[in-house]
Formats: sequence, C-alpha cells, structure tokens
Amino acid sequence: MEIFPVLLKGINVTLIVLVLSAILAYLIAFIAGFGRLSNVWIIRKFTGFYIEIFRGTSLIVQLFWFFYAIPMLFNVNLGNELMAGVLAISLNYGAYMSEIVRGSIIAVDKGQTEAAIALNMTRFQRMRYVILPQAVRMMLPEFGNYLIQILKATSLVSLIGMTDILYHGNILRSTNLAMAPTIYLLILVFYFILALPLIFLTRKMESISKKGVAQS
Amino acid sequence: MSVTKEVSKIKQTPQSDKIKQKPIVMYEDVHKSFGDVEVLKGINLQIKPGEKLALIGPSGSGKTTIIRMLMTLEEPTEGNIIVGDNNLWKVKKDGEFKRANEKHLRKVRGEIGMVFQHFNLFPHMTILQNCMTGPVQVKKESKASARERSIQMLEKVGLGDKLDNYPNQLSGGQKQRVAMARALVMRPRIMLFDEVTSALDPELVGEVLEVIRDIAQDGEMAMVLVTHEMDFAQEIADRIVFLEDGVIAEEGTPTEVLEQSTNERLQSFLHRFRSSNGN
Ligand SMILES: Nc1ncnc2c1ncn2[C@@H]1O[C@H](COP(=O)(O)OP(=O)(O)O)[C@@H](O)[C@H]1O
Ligand SMILES: [Mg+2]
Repeated sequence: MEIFPVLLKGINVTLIVLVLSAILAYLIAFIAGFGRLSNVWIIRKFTGFYIEIFRGTSLIVQLFWFFYAIPMLFNVNLGNELMAGVLAISLNYGAYMSEIVRGSIIAVDKGQTEAAIALNMTRFQRMRYVILPQAVRMMLPEFGNYLIQILKATSLVSLIGMTDILYHGNILRSTNLAMAPTIYLLILVFYFILALPLIFLTRKMESISKKGVAQS
Repeated sequence: MSVTKEVSKIKQTPQSDKIKQKPIVMYEDVHKSFGDVEVLKGINLQIKPGEKLALIGPSGSGKTTIIRMLMTLEEPTEGNIIVGDNNLWKVKKDGEFKRANEKHLRKVRGEIGMVFQHFNLFPHMTILQNCMTGPVQVKKESKASARERSIQMLEKVGLGDKLDNYPNQLSGGQKQRVAMARALVMRPRIMLFDEVTSALDPELVGEVLEVIRDIAQDGEMAMVLVTHEMDFAQEIADRIVFLEDGVIAEEGTPTEVLEQSTNERLQSFLHRFRSSNGN
C-alpha cells in the first residue's frame, strides 16, 4: 500500500508551518499582550482592535485574505503561500494568546509589584525580574494547549495549495475514491502522532507551573 | 500591663537629642481620599532621623495608608510629604509644583524600605535571591558583595541555614524575617513596618518581634511601626501616635500616650484592645 509514503511527503510542510507559526504567534502574543497593558491610549486601542478583528473572524477566511485578497487589493506581495499561511495562523492564534499573556500578568499578586517598588526597582526591572517570571509560569499550560491547536490549524494551508499531509491525502483520494476511509484514517493517525509530543510537553508545562507559583 | 518597663536600655539616643535634629520626614496637612471617602483628614507628622515611631489606632483609621503614601504606593490627594530635602510627590518646574514622575519617585524612595503584613516575598526566587536582587539590580552592587551582605543579613535574622530554600518552604515567621532582611540589605534610612506580625500564628510572633528589637537597637535607622502589639510599642518606641478616624488624636512618649492621656477615644481604644487581648 502506497498511502503511507505519500502522506509522509507532506510532513515536512506541516512541521515547517507549525514551527514558524508557533514562534511568530508567541511573539505576537507577547507584543499584543503588552500592548493591551500599555499606558499609551492609542497603543491599547490599536492592539484591542487587532485582537477583536482576528478573534471575531474565521481563520480560514483570514487565510484567503492573506493569500488572495490582500495581494490584489493593496498590490503587496506576501511572497508565497508559506508566508500567507504562517501570517494568518500566527496572527490569529497570537490574538487569542495575547489575552493569556495579559491575563497572566494581571493575575500576579499586587503585593509583588509593591514589594518591588519598595526595593526601588524601575518599571522595567519590576516586569523583568518579578512579574514576568511568575506570569510566564501561569501562561505555560495554556501555551501548550494552543500549540496543539496550531498544529491542527496547519491543515488549512492545504486550501491555498501547500503540500502538507492533508493536501497529499486529498490528491490520493481524488485519484482513488474507494481508498478515502483508509486515507483519512491514516491522516488522523499522522496528526495524532505529531500531537503526542506536544501533549506530553503541555503536561510537563503544567507541572512546572504548579511548582513555580506557590504563594509567598 | 507593666507600667515601668526599662525603656531606656533600648533607646540609644535620648529623646532630647533627637528633637534638635532636622526631621527626615514631614507630613504637612496630608489628606487622602479613596473615591468620595476621605480616609486621612489632614495629617501633620514629623519623623526624626533614627526615631522609632509606633502608629496605633483602630482598624480602618488610616494607619496603613499613612505609611503607604511614604512608600509611594498611594498618592496623597492633598498636602505635602517631605523626605529629606525633597517633596516626595511633587517636583518644582517653572516655579510651579507638578506631580512627580517615576524618575523623581525613584530618587526619593531610595531612602525608604518597607515590610508588609503579608510578606510579599518573591516566590520564584530563593531566600538568598530575594535578598540579593535589590542590591544587584537596583544598587548595581557586585554579585559577590551583594551575596556576602545578604548572607550576613540572613544570618542576623537567624536564617543562615535556609539560603537556598524557596519562600513556600518556610513558616510565616521565617518568611517575615526574610522580608526584613530583604529590606535591610538596601540600607534604608527609614523603615516602615505594616502590622508585620498580624498575619502570623501567635507562637511565631515572638521571633519576629525579637528581630525588630534587634534592628531597633542598631539605632541609626528611623522606624515607623504600625502595630497592635502595645507592650512592644511601649518597649521600643520613642513616640506613639494614636490615629482615629483619619486624624492624629493623640501623640507623645509611650508613657504619655499609653498611661497618662485623658483622651477618651484613646482610652476606649486601649480598653477595648486590652480586654480583647486578655491582658
Ligand atoms: N485602595 C483602597 N481603595 C478604597 N478604600 C481603601 C483603599 N485602601 C484603604 N481604603 C480604606 O481606607 C480606610 C483606611 O484604611 P487603612 O489605611 O488600611 O486603615 P488601617 O491600616 O488603619 O486599618 C479604610 O476604610 C479602608 O477601607
Ligand atoms: Mg492596616
């Protein structure tokens, strides 16, 4: 049976999209999370606007926007489908995760900031040495969950012609419809196997985070 | 309550010497409101260098707010707080007083340290790191020197064997002693204590008071203690201030305030207080 090697060809595309999207999504999550907490009104509003737009519309439509609409409308070249795919996924998940960043920072006990002020730390030092290390521990489990979701979302890039696992599966099915159940079963297995280490990682992050923030 | 405690042993400089010195902190007609509620209604208070001041009064009378304003954790709604030669919350610019910015606050609050009721240790740092972070990050002291001084300070508060423990591995009394060491390594000229024993189990109060007594004996640092430990206040304070409903209702030496005052509100506070504490 030749299904397996064909699907395997798609794995590297899936992984590349996953890794790039995840890195960019975390980066965006921090930038937008801090943006929401900014003292500057316009930055707060702007990031709030971005977050609502990306959470309020569907990822698949965003993907088509980046791939088809934006290049035509604004005559900008987003490079290739990889660029469009990664941008759409990371901006979408970055918007969701920015709320985790913001929520975790706010959730750190106010007494921590007060103790840091009493030591006369600067704003930056308070964030860097006191608040963030505790906030990041709270973020970890949620970040892990979102990593698994990003993996699942990568399959959407097959719709803009990227040759990921699902794309190869679809091609196979179009040439041999009778094999459809086997093909899609195998695809499920593929994604699940890819998700396994991420599930494990999430568990690990949960246990780290439980150890980290016992009350002072 | 034992009336004639030998107070003088503790106090290094007699009261008369301190009175001559220029105050290190001055509250001038300070008001504070939260929303529509005015919780401090014109506080005038001076603290001399090295003075030990106890702040007593019923819960909700504004004691915590008074010291939080000095630590720059709350901003007064009216009035001035002068620290040394600086107006804490205001800067003079083009002949006008403007609200102080973070830079100004940082300059002035370097003189001040605080110990909190709920310790507020940094849970992600070891005991030693809790103490070192101030000197290293804020004072730019070398790690070696900060480490050495932190260890000394932790030994002084009796925790030399806990350096690499995390706060959640300590008892409440130990945590509060770490918090004091952390504040002390910054060498403040004024140290604020906000009911530092009231979150502790009764059997752990003694060890914390012992450390404060020890610090008080060192002398040169001014201390403001918000406390419900009347005997302790009487023992180490040069002066006691009784706060009631946002105003200073009585003020004087421990003997004057705790024994000779005829202020009725103070009498009833002390009476309620002593009867509820069974002494
Ligand atoms: N951040 C705040 N917001 C609103 N009210 C406050 C705040 N902090 C203190 N208060 C109120 O101010 C009054 C004085 O509080 P506080 O200074 O903590 O008194 P004390 O320390 O003497 O018990 C209380 O009525 C309290 O409820
Ligand atoms: Mg209080």
